[in-house]
Amino acid sequence: MKFRYRRKELQVPRLELRVAGLSLLIVALMTIVVGRLYYLQVVRHQSLAELADRNRIRIRRLPALRGLVFDRHHRPLVDTVPSFDAVIVPEDVDDLSATIERLEQLLGGGNVAERLQQAEDDERPAYDPITVEEHLDWNQVVALETHQLELPGVSLQVNPRRHYLYGQLAAHLLGYVGEVSRTDLQHPGGYANGDQIGKFGLERGWENFLRGDAGGQEIEVDAVGRRLRLLREIPERPGDGVVLTIDLDLQQVAEQALGDRSGALVAIDPKTGYILAMVSHPAFDPNIFTGGITPADWHRLMVDPGHPLQNRTIQGIYAPGSTFKIVDAIAGLQDRTLTSSTTYNCPGGLWYGNREYRCWRKQGHGTLALHRALVESCDVFFYQVGAHLGVDRIAQWGHLLGLGQKTGIDLANEKTGIIPSSQWKRNRYHERWYPAETLSVAIGQGYVSVTPLQMAQLAAEVANGGVRYKPQFVKEVDALDGTPLRSYPPVIEQRLNIDQENLDQIRDALCDVVNGPGGTARKAALPNIVVCGKTGTAQVVAEKQGARTNEKALSDQLRDNGWFIAFAPKDNPQIAIAMIVEHGGHGGSAAAPAVRDVLEKFFALYPVNTPVSPAPAGHPEIQAKAPQPREF
Amino acid sequence: MAGIDRRLVLHFDWTLFALSLGLAAVGVISVLSATYAGPHHRLDPLVIHQLTWIGIGAFLMIAAAFLDYRALGAYAYPVYVLTVAMLGVVAVIGHSTGGSRRWINLGVIKLEPSELAKLAVVLVLVRYLREEPPKGGWRLRHMIVPAVMIMIPVALVLRQPDLGTALIMVLITATLMFVGGLNWRTMAILATAAVLAAPLAWHYLKPYQRERLVSFIDPHSDPLGSGYHIIQSEIAIGAGGEFGKGFLKGTQARLNFLPEQTTDFIFAVFAEEFGFAGSLILLTLYALLIARGIWVARHARDRFGTLLAIGVTAMVFWQATINMGMASGMLPVVGIPLPLVSYGGSSLIAMMAAIGLLISINTRRYLF
Repeated sequence: MKFRYRRKELQVPRLELRVAGLSLLIVALMTIVVGRLYYLQVVRHQSLAELADRNRIRIRRLPALRGLVFDRHHRPLVDTVPSFDAVIVPEDVDDLSATIERLEQLLGGGNVAERLQQAEDDERPAYDPITVEEHLDWNQVVALETHQLELPGVSLQVNPRRHYLYGQLAAHLLGYVGEVSRTDLQHPGGYANGDQIGKFGLERGWENFLRGDAGGQEIEVDAVGRRLRLLREIPERPGDGVVLTIDLDLQQVAEQALGDRSGALVAIDPKTGYILAMVSHPAFDPNIFTGGITPADWHRLMVDPGHPLQNRTIQGIYAPGSTFKIVDAIAGLQDRTLTSSTTYNCPGGLWYGNREYRCWRKQGHGTLALHRALVESCDVFFYQVGAHLGVDRIAQWGHLLGLGQKTGIDLANEKTGIIPSSQWKRNRYHERWYPAETLSVAIGQGYVSVTPLQMAQLAAEVANGGVRYKPQFVKEVDALDGTPLRSYPPVIEQRLNIDQENLDQIRDALCDVVNGPGGTARKAALPNIVVCGKTGTAQVVAEKQGARTNEKALSDQLRDNGWFIAFAPKDNPQIAIAMIVEHGGHGGSAAAPAVRDVLEKFFALYPVNTPVSPAPAGHPEIQAKAPQPREF
Repeated sequence: MAGIDRRLVLHFDWTLFALSLGLAAVGVISVLSATYAGPHHRLDPLVIHQLTWIGIGAFLMIAAAFLDYRALGAYAYPVYVLTVAMLGVVAVIGHSTGGSRRWINLGVIKLEPSELAKLAVVLVLVRYLREEPPKGGWRLRHMIVPAVMIMIPVALVLRQPDLGTALIMVLITATLMFVGGLNWRTMAILATAAVLAAPLAWHYLKPYQRERLVSFIDPHSDPLGSGYHIIQSEIAIGAGGEFGKGFLKGTQARLNFLPEQTTDFIFAVFAEEFGFAGSLILLTLYALLIARGIWVARHARDRFGTLLAIGVTAMVFWQATINMGMASGMLPVVGIPLPLVSYGGSSLIAMMAAIGLLISINTRRYLF
């Protein structure tokens, strides 16, 4: 028997019924939502509201430990030390004025109200912790800790602070850090309020290596802002270490050599362009910028007539004076307008056009050739050399040697100085070049101006045979564990083709400047090392020719700037130095002895392995009885 | 007909228009609260952006209202293909934020195609289901084509990864298939298959998505990790109480403990400041919008209009319910914006345009 189950007649589903079904589902689900909200907001309101009050979360930024800075032998120059700071979260404070009063009482002073006002002006949100006092001493820390309960919203934070181990040492090179400005914050880079940022010098230039990456903590705090526990943490990544080419010992001696005189000193390795020491005085203590410089300190730096913030090695522009005669000599010899046997007569001055151009030595040098002209720094000889070359050829060689242009050192705001040419004068003054002006240029006066770093470069070029290196002060960047991340090999900017015999002639002359009888820089001589150099004394204000007054009687501001540039040893030079002493008078007396001290230290630190050739005897051209000259 | 038919203006559905703007206003207030940093601070740019998008959205809503929705049937497939193409572009060159690739960067604006994809899914399904179902309803074999069509955008969205949007697409599909006349038995089979497939899906979830599911089931198992946000959101909502802490007075939301406090967790911000009363008002606005949508569906002149209205309404309903359910700790955390309220241009504009379609359906029953 067959049994067939008969199904109901199939219907087409009715749209209205399905819509009605959906409506029911919607009503049901929404009712559940309402029920849940009723449960949370009415039934459990009390306990959840309590949790809300108690259970506050703070996001704390963990500033990264800034990278350390080392000298060439990995001795630390700049490090980071912990500082105890008092911070306020304005939102957590019930009675702000009372809290401020009590806090200042506990700290024994401070300008808490001012700092809070500043934060408000900066539009810092009320839940952001504001640092109101840094570097708390032990007593202040204890006072704050014990009275924590009276001070809701106030807490202690340990923040890393930049510390410059040697204070003013190499301050302009190292630079300083400060709190990010509002402009910094507008640029991308992940900075937050209160972060430290490099503002000057190395700190600024190597900011991206030194800064590291900030981390963060999610902290649960109670109703009075005390930390309950750490919820989450993203660890910070400390900044990379920067190893300088600077030698700490040499830098210290160089700082002492300049002393409290104004001026600059740059010592360079002529084989690499690495800077060994870099001094600019007066200097400042970068530590005062850390954690915000006080307005009083800032004002003091700003109004200081010595401009301590100026890095004179790259921003000070000075007339090179007689040191520029090296450029004349190279230009003349290379352009064949001058040979070793070319002689000029110096009767004490040179009539050119309708006026007399004086030599610094009134009685004149008599007839002399290049060697003696450099040794005794005869002006008339180089007036002649300059006149035969013409300003444009001097300028060409000046530029080739790196003068009157940026050296390319990685420091901000380097000045160029000026090596004038006829084209330059047309552009600048819309006037043609007068041949007489060339004479001033030839002795490094007039429009000529250079920076001490450029002069150190010049010394290095004569020393290494005409290779212009980019001056560098960073050797490498290291990770925290010391693995090198990046190194800075020497960079050759230009290789000059200077004939060997011409170089030898100039070197011989520069050797006798220091070691020969009649040389202007005999105070720079070392017993075992042959030092070569050239002095310069540059007028600060144009003096009336011939109306030279007693230097000592001149007020400090009008005294000449004393230059000395040098390299040593003569064969296979290891170091090149340029030094200027502002208003120091003669380069031979003001700068040469100081450079000697630096050289002495250098060769104590880095003894010359190769046997040093004995100091050459006096050049035959030089008369044994030549008077100790005053040079111009 | 010169310009626009006068009857279209006459029968414009002001109820839907007003309800949308009312919800958008709640959104602006909440975004303002979520970004508020103190009385001395400038208005957050997000608020201005939100207002701009509401303006654009309102314009599109009106434009869509005057569009003949029946013509959409012809465009359903092209729109679908275009949207899938955009999702494909996102997968290849998309702009990523917070670990997921969801946006196309157009320079001035960043487009989030997955928001448009929801609307495209509605359109393509409605286009398919507008035919009368056979006796007994649609069978499994009828549903293979639409299922495949839906799986493509769902898979692309899941890859981003955007679990929330994928979930909404699946729910809209289920809703439309149900209303469109799916056979009961087929429905039971599909439901069983879904339950059985769950462990398989678990396998394909990203670790963070699994964490969310685990922490949803027991938030206190990891109160500092992924369960943290559920707990904090509950606290914010509960702290609001009956009448709330008052506008701009919420503390929980502003202390940066909630992620997405202007988007996925915007409801917690609102509920803390306006309490249960505020929540009821917001829910009432949604209820009225949804009720109106269903009313439009029931009174539409053709099957296509009914299903389109249901699709749009389902989009509003599922997103609102799941978002609030998630914020109040009933559902696991998935990224779904609160419709018309959450910050975000693409979702706001797509949603307002969709409601414009509802208005169009309602208005046109007087025309034919």
